Amino acid sequence: MSHDALLQISIAILLLPLVGFTALIFLGKKLPRQGDWLETGMITVSLVLSLVLLWQKLTLYPAETLMLRFTWVDFGDVSGIGPLKIALGVSLDNLATVMIAVVSLISCLVHYFSIGYMHGDVRYSRYFAYLGFFSFSMLMIVVADNLFLLYVGWELVGISSYLLIGHWYEKKSASDAGMKAFIVNRIGDVGFFIGIMVFFTTFNTFGLREIFEGIQNGQLPYGSEGWLTAAGVLVFCGAVGKSAQFPLHVWLPDAMEGPTPVSALIHAATMVAAGVYLVARTYPLMTMDALMVIAYIGAITAFVAASIAIAQNDIKRVLAYSTISQLGYMIMALGVGAYTAGFFHLVTHAMFKAGLFLGSGSVIHAMHHALHHYNDHDTDAQDIRNMGGLRSRMPVTFWSFIVYTLAICGVPFTSGFLSKDAILAGTYAFGGLTGHLLIPVVGFLVAGLTAFYMFRLVVRTFLGTHADPHRVQHIHESPRVMTVPLVILALLCLFFVFSLDPFNAVDGWIPQAVERPATTVPAAVAPPSAEIFEEALHHAHSPAMLLSLLVAGLGILVAFLTYYWKKIDADAVANRLRPVHRFLLNKWYFDELYNGFVVGGTLRLTRVLRWFDDTIVDGAVNAAGWLTRGTSYISGKFDNIVIDGSVNLSAYLSGIAGLVLRKFQTGKVQTYIVYVVLAVVIFYFVYRVV
Amino acid sequence: MDSSSSFVSEFVAWLPHVGLTHFLIVSALLFSLGIYGIATRRNAILVLMGVELVLNAASINFVAFSRYGGVNVDGQIVAIFVIILAAAEAAIALAIVLNIFHRFQTVNVDEVSSLKE
Repeated sequence: MSHDALLQISIAILLLPLVGFTALIFLGKKLPRQGDWLETGMITVSLVLSLVLLWQKLTLYPAETLMLRFTWVDFGDVSGIGPLKIALGVSLDNLATVMIAVVSLISCLVHYFSIGYMHGDVRYSRYFAYLGFFSFSMLMIVVADNLFLLYVGWELVGISSYLLIGHWYEKKSASDAGMKAFIVNRIGDVGFFIGIMVFFTTFNTFGLREIFEGIQNGQLPYGSEGWLTAAGVLVFCGAVGKSAQFPLHVWLPDAMEGPTPVSALIHAATMVAAGVYLVARTYPLMTMDALMVIAYIGAITAFVAASIAIAQNDIKRVLAYSTISQLGYMIMALGVGAYTAGFFHLVTHAMFKAGLFLGSGSVIHAMHHALHHYNDHDTDAQDIRNMGGLRSRMPVTFWSFIVYTLAICGVPFTSGFLSKDAILAGTYAFGGLTGHLLIPVVGFLVAGLTAFYMFRLVVRTFLGTHADPHRVQHIHESPRVMTVPLVILALLCLFFVFSLDPFNAVDGWIPQAVERPATTVPAAVAPPSAEIFEEALHHAHSPAMLLSLLVAGLGILVAFLTYYWKKIDADAVANRLRPVHRFLLNKWYFDELYNGFVVGGTLRLTRVLRWFDDTIVDGAVNAAGWLTRGTSYISGKFDNIVIDGSVNLSAYLSGIAGLVLRKFQTGKVQTYIVYVVLAVVIFYFVYRVV
Repeated sequence: MDSSSSFVSEFVAWLPHVGLTHFLIVSALLFSLGIYGIATRRNAILVLMGVELVLNAASINFVAFSRYGGVNVDGQIVAIFVIILAAAEAAIALAIVLNIFHRFQTVNVDEVSSLKE
């Protein structure tokens, strides 16, 4: 296939979900089955096309970047800048192509799963419309060749996530969560926007390729390397918001209020992946310092989220924190220079996290049905303490869930092992190269924590005995439309999908296709070159693998000891470490902190502003009103006295004159004759000609 | 005494020499009497009579100027016109007065003031 054909396919992939969205928004209720088949069909076609695209791109043009551009706005010759044009377009490199495939794959599976999960929902067609819109927005981010289009897609993702998280907006918590996600994202977006503007004012273009070339040619924002670092960090701010990195991670756990398939979509392929993708996209312009910030933010996020996940009891919340933690991993990997590993983990994580969420959705679905049977509306269907023993009741869900869990824990023969191992090796190599040992330490520690809390989840949910022995009789496996996506995802979590060697992914197709792009920043601030890093990575591989296996095994062992064999009393430990447990249970008090400082501060600020409004502004308005009243009183008096007075005076004078003159107007002809005679006499004397 | 006696004697001496001035004096007297009658009388008939006097004064002027003032025969023709007009006027005016009397039972011009209202 030619370049143009591939580009046209990519645009078709991009626009198909949008077509479905438009059709469903306007016609959804009138279509048979509320049009779910339409949107699902569209995304299925997108998936097929994206797989074709992936295959063609990687076999025919593995080293090229295909571009399609058109001039959107031509400002002509702008004074002080020169010719200014804004060109928009799509670019297809291997990174984008793989990402398109991942996005459409996860989105497609989520669509099919939703047909079962959302059956009978009040806004069924609306839901599918938004799903399509979400996919469209995310695909737009992926194919954009410039920061402008990317930012548009970025904001569209924000709004569609808001719509989907708040899908059940009758629930206050759901609408709050939607708003929280949107607002927290906006905070990061402001930074991103400023970053884009810094680049635009420097290079007068939004095109990523032009910006990279400009930096390569020694052109820096405001001529300083510091500004380049700052701009990189500002762009990263956007990723902090979207990818739920510390300190803007707080929206993601609340986003669980959305329907579970939406959580799967947000957490696996679309929204949170956008941030990681953005960092990968803009990697060539990141300086060493910016990358250091990115690495540390990622490490902090990974650790904080993993520690919180240990103490949570809501199945979806545990998964939410594990998502944040894994995103921290990816960001950290990009920061340390393990670019390929970070992106690889994004792809593998998309598979197993989508699976975990859909699996939890399947469990929650079954729990709801069982609880419904008993008319029990008080028991929380998402609390793992109310579960247990679901293994025999839901075998498909259980076995696929086990595969995902093994993958996220990094157990060999799974995809997660390959990518996680690559990341850990990267951090290990980075620690050795730069001396920042904290990052690899956090990496391994989080790997252990992940294994622990994930198996805690599995054991409490599927193994042991059910909390209520009667209820378990009414728990059934989910319908085929839900279990088939689970099985597909479980298969995609196995090592052979990505690499034939189960212990090393270097020869796998994704690491081969997506290589770390050459940095364009000046040598003085550039991160260690790819060659040096590869060399260190090579040496780091074996110890990192052994160490990661060790910590993962340890985590799993502790989880089984505690929750399955009950050799360790979890409650006793929690009691002994009461402050720590409370600290983790309350999510490090981030929400309270933000409520106190940010929300509370905002409220206090609004109170001050209100006082200002009430006294100063209202005062000014009232004073103006008072003044106006005063002047109008005076002018009223002036009117009444002077104007009316003069009018009355003239009327009075006319009256007087009338009274006088009326004396002459007797109505008697004879009087008039006398006047005439008198007048003649007077005229005679006046005009007398002597 | 001297001057007045001389004025009187001059006047007396002037009187027999009848000329334009004599006619004008008479006409002026007639006119003044006519105006006085119009202005002072309340009776409509008497007012009309005043009007006749004024007209006649004018006629005398015309005739006098025709004789002495170089106006030739035109003055006399106008005088005849005036007499004819006066006759017509008197006829109409008396008819009006009769009608007024018929309606208001009076010919007092002050009391006939319904147009004022």
